[in-house]
Amino acid sequence: MDQLINAVEMNFKREDIPEIRPGDTVRVNVKVVEGEGSKRRERIQAFEGIVIKIRGAGLGKTFTVRKIGADRIGVERIFPLHSPVISSIEVLKKGKVRRAKLYYIRDIKGKVRIKERQD
Amino acid sequence: MKGILGKKVGMTRVFKDDKAIPVTIIQAGPCFVVQKKTIETDGYNAIQVGFETIPERKVNKPLNGHFKKADLKPLRYLREFRVDNIDDYEIGQKIDVSIFSEGEKVDITGTSKGRGYTGVMKRWNFSGGETSHGSKFHRGLGSTGMSSTPSKVFKGKKMPGQYGNERVTIQNSEIIYIDPQNNLIAVKGGVPGARGGLVIIKEAVKVKRPKMQ
Repeated sequence: MDQLINAVEMNFKREDIPEIRPGDTVRVNVKVVEGEGSKRRERIQAFEGIVIKIRGAGLGKTFTVRKIGADRIGVERIFPLHSPVISSIEVLKKGKVRRAKLYYIRDIKGKVRIKERQD
Repeated sequence: MKGILGKKVGMTRVFKDDKAIPVTIIQAGPCFVVQKKTIETDGYNAIQVGFETIPERKVNKPLNGHFKKADLKPLRYLREFRVDNIDDYEIGQKIDVSIFSEGEKVDITGTSKGRGYTGVMKRWNFSGGETSHGSKFHRGLGSTGMSSTPSKVFKGKKMPGQYGNERVTIQNSEIIYIDPQNNLIAVKGGVPGARGGLVIIKEAVKVKRPKMQ
């Protein structure tokens, strides 16, 4: 049964997404649509932060990016990994972390330090 | 009316026009025409269609003869589809997913998951009462009607009872994706029944389409 679901999902999966892991610092370029009808235009908006969570499998796989926004308010955004809304993902830094979900980062006051991964 | 039999495989999501669409995947067909019913012999025009091959030992003798007559291997499910023009079909003809196209609206019939004898909150979405704060009315249905007039409970009153395990049809489901190689149809939204259950896919009744001829 799973194979059959895979057979369908294969056609919608994106191959151009780089490998990301929790702790990585990434820049996600998101397509934003403005206006309706003839005024409709697309632009690219970047969201830069630390990947704190990757969950799910198949087309339902998502990852959460956390950044510190204006007035030092933490902003988290969840992206479906295979979403066509993502135009590209750049991995800026590879982080070395010891757990899969970095929820502890939410409680850190001040700068978040993550060791870099060499590989 | 064109139709096909299939098995529910499971759900996933699919991206189309920058949107995530929930889909149910159905393994549909290949089906085979086992018998043709005509107005002369049966009083109506229909094709009997079979789905999923099974070994001969699983079928009793009379039914085996029925398949032999059509020169087919025994099939697990037999269902009928009413057709306007019976001459379009031949006995033994293969029906597969290619009869449908992407974007088409279909009606999907299945047997819903059985929930047994359930109360009124689960079965009819009654709100029930408070669980605490001294309330003595928890999950009951409350009043079933008025007093001396009419001094009876109206027929069809929503009450506890068997819920599920009944024939349910979802109308106007959109076909999102078709995979002819693996005989798969992905349909927008849910489909009644458990995974592995039989589903009947027919073209939508409530869609207006130009008359043939």
